[in-house]
Amino acid sequence: MSDNGNAVALDSKLMRLVIVGHVDHGKSTLVGRLMSDTGSLPTGKIDFVKDICEKQGKVFEFAFLLDALEEEQEQGITIDTSQIFFNTKKRPYVIIDAPGHKEFLKNMVTGAANAEGALLLIDAFEGVQEQSRRHGYILKLLGLTQVAVVINKMDLIDYDPEKYYQIKTEYTEFLKSLGVEARVFLPVSAKLGENIATRSDSMSWYTGPTVLEVLDQFEKKAAKVHLPFRFPIQDVYKFDERRIMAGRVESGNLKVGDKLLFSPSNKTAVVKTIEAWSVSEQPTEAIATESIGFTLTEQLFLERGDVASRVGDEPPITSSTFDANLFWMGKNHLEKGKSYTLKLTTQEVPCEVLEFKKIIDASTLETLSSRDYVVKNDVTELTLRAHRPVVFDQFGTIPETGRFVLVDEYDVCGGGIITTYVPATQRDKLIEEVRHRDFNWVSSNITAEQRAYRNGHRAALILFTGKAGVGKAKLACLLEEKIFQNNFQSYLLDGHNVRLGVGADIDNEEYFSDGEAVRRYGEVAKLFLDAGHVVISTSNIFNQQEHSDIRVLVEPCPVVEILVTSTPPQKQTSDMVLTLEEAANEKETIGKIYDFLKEQKILTGHNYSI
Amino acid sequence: MDHLDELENQSIFILREAYKKFKDLAMLWSIGKDSTVLLWLARKAFFSHVPFPLVHIDTSYKIPAMIEYRDHYAKEWGLNLVVGQNKKALDEGMNHEKGRMVCCEALKTQGLSVIMEEKGYTGLILGIRRDEEGTRAKERYFSPRDKNFEWNFKDQPPELWDQFKTTFAEGTHIRIHPLLHWTELNVWEYIHREKIPIIDLYFADENNKRYRSLGCQPCTFPIDSSAKSVPEIIEELKGIGTAERSGRAQDQENTYAMQKLRARGYM
Repeated sequence: MSDNGNAVALDSKLMRLVIVGHVDHGKSTLVGRLMSDTGSLPTGKIDFVKDICEKQGKVFEFAFLLDALEEEQEQGITIDTSQIFFNTKKRPYVIIDAPGHKEFLKNMVTGAANAEGALLLIDAFEGVQEQSRRHGYILKLLGLTQVAVVINKMDLIDYDPEKYYQIKTEYTEFLKSLGVEARVFLPVSAKLGENIATRSDSMSWYTGPTVLEVLDQFEKKAAKVHLPFRFPIQDVYKFDERRIMAGRVESGNLKVGDKLLFSPSNKTAVVKTIEAWSVSEQPTEAIATESIGFTLTEQLFLERGDVASRVGDEPPITSSTFDANLFWMGKNHLEKGKSYTLKLTTQEVPCEVLEFKKIIDASTLETLSSRDYVVKNDVTELTLRAHRPVVFDQFGTIPETGRFVLVDEYDVCGGGIITTYVPATQRDKLIEEVRHRDFNWVSSNITAEQRAYRNGHRAALILFTGKAGVGKAKLACLLEEKIFQNNFQSYLLDGHNVRLGVGADIDNEEYFSDGEAVRRYGEVAKLFLDAGHVVISTSNIFNQQEHSDIRVLVEPCPVVEILVTSTPPQKQTSDMVLTLEEAANEKETIGKIYDFLKEQKILTGHNYSI
Repeated sequence: MDHLDELENQSIFILREAYKKFKDLAMLWSIGKDSTVLLWLARKAFFSHVPFPLVHIDTSYKIPAMIEYRDHYAKEWGLNLVVGQNKKALDEGMNHEKGRMVCCEALKTQGLSVIMEEKGYTGLILGIRRDEEGTRAKERYFSPRDKNFEWNFKDQPPELWDQFKTTFAEGTHIRIHPLLHWTELNVWEYIHREKIPIIDLYFADENNKRYRSLGCQPCTFPIDSSAKSVPEIIEELKGIGTAERSGRAQDQENTYAMQKLRARGYM
């Protein structure tokens, strides 16, 4: 459907638009009209559709030009987002026709999230409706601020300016309460083609732009090159002798020779090359929105989810809790205490809702104070807690690294933007402390990667967890022995031993309050890990929360948690779960754990290069 | 950065997501311009390597030059080529005279289904584009298919901020469409810029006929054209007013032919 007669300059960039609004307010008709009036339809397309209409005994409508699915034409409503290409004299457009039925909000969101400008349609006869408001709210949440409000079907109200101004005032008030200012309002009849491509004689009282003129005034989103550099690692490739960090520059720019900080591991390294295939010369810099790959002057353990920034720039925030505004599209309610997957840039972490601050009906902006769950199509202000620290910015600072989705089971069910972050929790203080430690650490000439190469394994912490008496201690001893006998460096570090020596200066009460025990244990473990060992621990003195703190302290070393229990938990947060029978069957189980460590690429074998 | 760079960057991002998220991944290579551009983009994304197999569904009715081209570049570019064919249907004499939709479904859709099952692929990369026809305009970058290979276009996953559907139930698979946002004109502009070797069936012969879209010999018809080079094709496309797939007979069978074919697993 892109084929048309308007030749457009080769370098003119595509403008992505979305058309939203209440069901039946004329979105598909407007798109059909735009295609037709800009000469963007293939020859014979209108006749082809007219022919079908005649055969099926229907009156021709412009909407039929894009309602491609049989069901859509039968029901007369758009079910899914459709993308249609057309050109004006200025530039090419792709217009995303989003369904206006409440049931199809996720399709509308799909369309709007990918757009740079929006037309919001309101039926002049019906006035402002439920979805007119909901869609306005969602556009704001998606950060889409380039919005024109199109008041359609003016022919149905005899082009009455009074009615038009009434709707304009009502909707302006609504937008104001959201903190949004609409760029322009305009009265049209999409069906009759009035004020679409050409001005209408029936509305001489309106002197503003036509729809096409408004579209041509929309501005392309500028690449965020002036912002701090952010590069979430998408993957690490080692197809040949190069070890390439692959990903997309989300903001800022990168040059060969830049010194980068990787979060949350707080490692630093210098960019050696920017790699590319089939280019006339190898690039030396890259800017926001480019999918690139680079190599570093030293080999670090980095993986998908780590975020690079430039040393000297404001670093991204690392935290496991943050506040966000979120819209929910899931069939199931969003509830406290349930585990969801947080997808933020290339990070994927289990998370849960800590608190609902406000639950809002997006069609009325009414606060639903009696509820403690969020239903489909509603909006909420909430606090989320991830199971381990994530790296992000506030949406207002860098949108690309300040937005996320929530996955419930297999499906993306919510989308949100990070509004505020206050380093209030003990965990946040710990993260700050660790960052300070890592920055000021006096490092030896031998890197962790060199130690791993020599030892045949990465440094890692293996934590046996579970109630007292389930056989953890015995397993830990046997695992240490098994690893040792295979020529690897292993060390059994019991929390009790740390208490006896490193904790001898304070009494029990002080030792086990304010996270002191965790801090001391974690710091001792960190030293053994820095020396390259596989540290094995069994301890009853730490709870779930404290295990997460230990992860923060030993970052970026992998932590493998092995839970021994008679009742396997509903939501699995540990890496491996053993039943009591398995724990009793020591020989086989140790073999199983050993294989798991190989699978996890912790025990890599000697002379394995990362 | 021009508009082709923008398209390229987005497609590379999607290819890399697919590669990271699917262990059993394959790319469909029809030998046509779109999947050949896709193959080129994969080599860009993975720095000259193509780290997954390329599947070609051979209906046995393909234009012979297509097979020659396929084998030549599979060798030159060091590709892992997997050829799928519904031998059972061919043995039973399947051809387009039994009905175009029946034939497409048996030789292409079923042909694909057989090889997917045999190899256990859970992710399949395809070069379809939204501007090709109406039902493709409604596709997602990561589009799930159920156990029976069917596409539930009435209940598609949301796609926002490049967070895609990469988890799925046992027995289902995901189709990945990295070229979805390209137009036919973009594809040719990119072929021109990157100097991608394209099968010469796309260029006008001595009778001023060329193929605009490639498929099986009995069901694909060349268009009248004098365009003998990529720049000439680009010029021609800018002035043309017919649909790209107008030379593909199966699209014209009935009103919702493509919807029906695609809902049942057609590419």
